[in-house]
Amino acid sequence: MQEKKLIYDGTFDGFLSAVFYVFEHKLNAVSIVNEFVVQNGLFSEDIIITTENEKANRVWTGLKSKLSSTGSFQLYYTFLSEQAGVENILLDYMRYAFSKSDKKIDKDFSHPSVLKIAQTAKMVGREKHRMEAFVRFRLTKDDIYFASIEPDFNVLPLISKHFERRYADQKWMIYDIKRHYGLFYDLEKVEIINMDFPQLFDFTKTDSDYFAKQEFEFQRLWKDYFKSTNIESRKNTKLHIRHVPKRYWKYLSEKQPD
Amino acid sequence: MSFERTQEKLKILADAAKYDVSCSSSGSNRANKNKGLGDSTGMGICHSYTEDGRCVSLLKILLTNYCIFDCAYCVTRKSNDIKRAAFKVQEVVDLTINFYRRNYIEGLFLSSGIFKSADYTMECLVAVAKKLRLEENFNGYIHLKSIPGASDELMREAGLYADRLSVNIEIPTEAGLKKLAPDKNRADFIKPMVKVKNEIIQYKAEKKLIKSTPKYAPAGQSTQMIIGASGENDFQIMQTSNYFYKSFNLKRVYYSGYVPISYDDRLPKIGSEVPMLRENRLYQTDWLMRFYGFDVSEILNAKHQNLDLDIDPKLSWALRNLHEFPVDVNTADKRMLARIPGLGMKSVYKIINARRFRRLNWDHLKKIGIALNRAQYFMICDSNQFERRDLSAEKIKGLILQNSTSKYTKTLSNQMSLFG
Repeated sequence: MQEKKLIYDGTFDGFLSAVFYVFEHKLNAVSIVNEFVVQNGLFSEDIIITTENEKANRVWTGLKSKLSSTGSFQLYYTFLSEQAGVENILLDYMRYAFSKSDKKIDKDFSHPSVLKIAQTAKMVGREKHRMEAFVRFRLTKDDIYFASIEPDFNVLPLISKHFERRYADQKWMIYDIKRHYGLFYDLEKVEIINMDFPQLFDFTKTDSDYFAKQEFEFQRLWKDYFKSTNIESRKNTKLHIRHVPKRYWKYLSEKQPD
Repeated sequence: MSFERTQEKLKILADAAKYDVSCSSSGSNRANKNKGLGDSTGMGICHSYTEDGRCVSLLKILLTNYCIFDCAYCVTRKSNDIKRAAFKVQEVVDLTINFYRRNYIEGLFLSSGIFKSADYTMECLVAVAKKLRLEENFNGYIHLKSIPGASDELMREAGLYADRLSVNIEIPTEAGLKKLAPDKNRADFIKPMVKVKNEIIQYKAEKKLIKSTPKYAPAGQSTQMIIGASGENDFQIMQTSNYFYKSFNLKRVYYSGYVPISYDDRLPKIGSEVPMLRENRLYQTDWLMRFYGFDVSEILNAKHQNLDLDIDPKLSWALRNLHEFPVDVNTADKRMLARIPGLGMKSVYKIINARRFRRLNWDHLKKIGIALNRAQYFMICDSNQFERRDLSAEKIKGLILQNSTSKYTKTLSNQMSLFG
């Protein structure tokens, strides 16, 4: 039988709609592919999936009854990893979940897909935690605390609540440069936004055209603090880099050259 | 706030505070209220790491480094010829708020040299915390030092604004303290600790009856000991630690390898190596006590007064107790699984859950992520391949060391030759 390739729009609901299609048509030889990464296969039949919230919700509700709450958030976290082929591991996981009527399978760490999803969710969780730690807000001239990030995984949806709870009395924006969207909090609610930045805008630079005067002082104080708190005789660069991998340095104020 | 003055003070007073190793920002439950600033309900966050690899979670500073005491081990001691400075309350508040707003920190860790008197110093620390909470509606994390000798009334007030309080006992034994800090005595350290412990118990009890009871030091108390400054062995250190955990319900005891900062001949010379590996072994022992169900006397006792530097304390315990092994991972209880060298509590959790579905073999265990290099000699699983030779403890240790590279190899060979 020819393999069927289901192409969805990249959203979580789109993916769940594709899963619905798989179960509805009882497909076995099937793979689910994001439309942004799809390649034409010679030996497969492509089917374009339309995202339907109602179908997505049915799948999600069904899953939630088959998984513990940890299991369902691990599934969502894994989806946000955007890793190649992750949809098919998720599909395998869901099939396993629906096949067991008596127990919840999300803690069966001896099953390859369950283990893979637990591990991937952990990686995404770590990236989420890193962003909660490494976001550095800079105060702009129009009183918005602005931060830009380039996370390995699509974690903006996961960190929104954390920042909303914490910075309830200041306007802030966190922008994912890689994925071209951001979160903006206007003192009332968080919104997803797309922005056009000036051409050649350097996100790592604090330019006095855009940022408030006191911003420079506090960055200076923070850098001084960072230096003073180091104990020279315990220097351990390897450990330092393991905790703060170099790819994050460009957005950390304390790591900018003087 | 004058930028230059603050900058100068910050350099001096952050430098003086860095020997306090605690930087934890976890364990509190203070939620954001009335759309104020900050929230301390989640897990702790390390916002950065120093070049020595320690977490930077809090703005850790002294209010002042003027001090009337002359403790030999302390960089702020009266007789030390260093630059002195003192923050104003408002300066600390401004720094905390502005660092917090930029997501640099989880909150403030405020300690101080003791100027005028214990009570006066404690009053100033409390004033900072009070201002942050009441005037700035700040709900981030606040860790205050309990000043030894401060009055009960001030300690009660401190706990109403701080998430955590700590007193550093610094020297693990009373004899050592007498030698290095003759003007201090153990009783002064313990007094505020007892007060805070009792208040925590009382507030918790009241909270159960009356919901509006305010929080009192929700992240508890901690303390710190300096390692390698006054000649104690590991047995003495961990006994003291165990005593403090049990008697004062401490959340954490920190161990801080002594960084030589003085030419005083009662102390290790300037330039001598910081005992980082020993510090690491003590932390491992601390973890075994708190999370792995070990009693401290199983690991350190009159017969074994020092931890091995070349292997971890759990492996060392297992080698002394080979009669408890091998353990069958498919049937053993949690307590015994946690005692297998090479298995952390996360692996234990995964094993217990996974074995409900099928019997586990080497392949499953490897994928779950246990350290088979150590574990293989102490366990059996669903496989007819397992260690059948009747190996002696020394032989097992040799095999394990042969097949592993320690990140401490360099330090180890240095520190071993010192004892050799």
